[in-house]
Amino acid sequence: MLWLLRNVGKAVIVAEGATELVGLDPLLICHPCSFCLFALAGSCNSCEGINESVLCLFQMRDLKAVGKKFVHVMYPRKSSALLRDWDLWGPLVLCVSLALMLQGGSADSKDDGGPQFAEVFVIIWFGAVVITLNSKLLGGTISFFQSLCVLGYCVMPLTVAMLVCRLVLLAGAGTVSFIIRLIVVGAMFAWSTLASTAFLADSQPPNRKALVVYPIFLFYFVISWMILTFTPQ
Amino acid sequence: MATADELKFQANPDATTISIDEPVEIPKNQHSHRQEPGREEDDELLGTDDSDKTELLAGQKKSAPFWTFDYYQTFFDVDTYQVLDRIKGSVFPVPGKNFVRLYIRSNPDLYGPFWICATLVFTIAVSGNLSNFFIHLGKPTYRYVPEFRKVSIAATTIYAYAWLVPLALWGFLMWRNSKVMNIVSYSFLEIVCVYGYSLFIYIPTAILWIIPQKVVRWVLVVFSLCVSGSVLVMTFWPAVRDDNRRIAVATVATVLLLHALLAVGCLAYFFDAPELDIPAPIIPAHNGTTVITKSH
Repeated sequence: MLWLLRNVGKAVIVAEGATELVGLDPLLICHPCSFCLFALAGSCNSCEGINESVLCLFQMRDLKAVGKKFVHVMYPRKSSALLRDWDLWGPLVLCVSLALMLQGGSADSKDDGGPQFAEVFVIIWFGAVVITLNSKLLGGTISFFQSLCVLGYCVMPLTVAMLVCRLVLLAGAGTVSFIIRLIVVGAMFAWSTLASTAFLADSQPPNRKALVVYPIFLFYFVISWMILTFTPQ
Repeated sequence: MATADELKFQANPDATTISIDEPVEIPKNQHSHRQEPGREEDDELLGTDDSDKTELLAGQKKSAPFWTFDYYQTFFDVDTYQVLDRIKGSVFPVPGKNFVRLYIRSNPDLYGPFWICATLVFTIAVSGNLSNFFIHLGKPTYRYVPEFRKVSIAATTIYAYAWLVPLALWGFLMWRNSKVMNIVSYSFLEIVCVYGYSLFIYIPTAILWIIPQKVVRWVLVVFSLCVSGSVLVMTFWPAVRDDNRRIAVATVATVLLLHALLAVGCLAYFFDAPELDIPAPIIPAHNGTTVITKSH
């Protein structure tokens, strides 16, 4: 962790001076793997050429944009930052971390266990796509990727809930722990739904708002159910 | 652009004036003339009083080619109050009123069927899981499992039922239509719509199935079957009534049987049977060994 921070810090200092000289590497912009963010930041250890420092600059700017969006989700106000400058890095990171945290639960290698990694991934992305299509078919004016971006970022309260649940389960798995988990997951579910509704409801025709909000409610309910029913091995 | 006024020909005062609005008005007047008191109930079932006008309007709506986004947007042309009205109509079926003519009125939507099926899938999976948890709670050998596989099974079953059965029924009705002239015929989407909305009653039923009492569960099955079955019967009986009596009865019976199979199958597969926890009576056998029986 310290090694990473040192390298990213070094990269920022080098990059600050090299901004106006070069363009951005197009291959990097299209790179789908968010984990490569960290790998590439680490490789800036030997930041000699201008190209490598620009890679680092791109990651810092990206990280700042992603971080700003996380803050907007935690305090949902009517801001257009989430809508205007959409990106799918944040949703990808959240989805992967949620799917990873849901692993290792009652995996008896029997069929009736918890959701597999691929199942969580598919549910989140397929669910988000279906909800976006639904809102566009009902006459919404939001663009496809903007909607995916909002729905993905609003999974963050539930990811926090999953983290809290795993910590609570470390302490014990009795009735008290279940009640704590129920309250935390319930609160985060309400937060997710309200946050995404705050961003998405304005772009819908006024007499169809409930038709658009209900699938979002169902989507976060399913994710909350998966989090609540997680039982460790 | 030509307006209705400009197209009125007034060659001389004795000539009739022609305006564009007339052709739409005439069929409506003719139908209201033809209505007799005895056939009022049938007309309500058939919906012939304003179906012509709505058919005309519907024909003008769906004109986009099927590979464009706008074509599919016509199937989501419903407002919140319309969806709620249709749901109310499926839960409180009025005897004698046809669901399709009364609520759908040539504006079938795919929003209702799709999201009611999705809700039903997750409701059955979650309720089944909860019910099994409460039934087996307290047993020392029981470990809770989320049973996530059952969600995919539920989804396959319910979506297959909500789309393949209407497809088969529509094909069957089209075939019979070519042999016997029926007054009433439904489009494929209207049949999907009826089936989708008729499944709504199963959502509260599935939630109430958590109660681990056999009697309660079977009463709920019968009740929900009656409600949604009556919606289906009142929709499809006018479509097959003019056919051969045996075929008509067989069709409606098959529709009801498949609906019942869905309900009973879901109950049997997703909800474990509630075991009666009566202390086992010990019966002394003849040769001194005891036989313990457990009631199930």
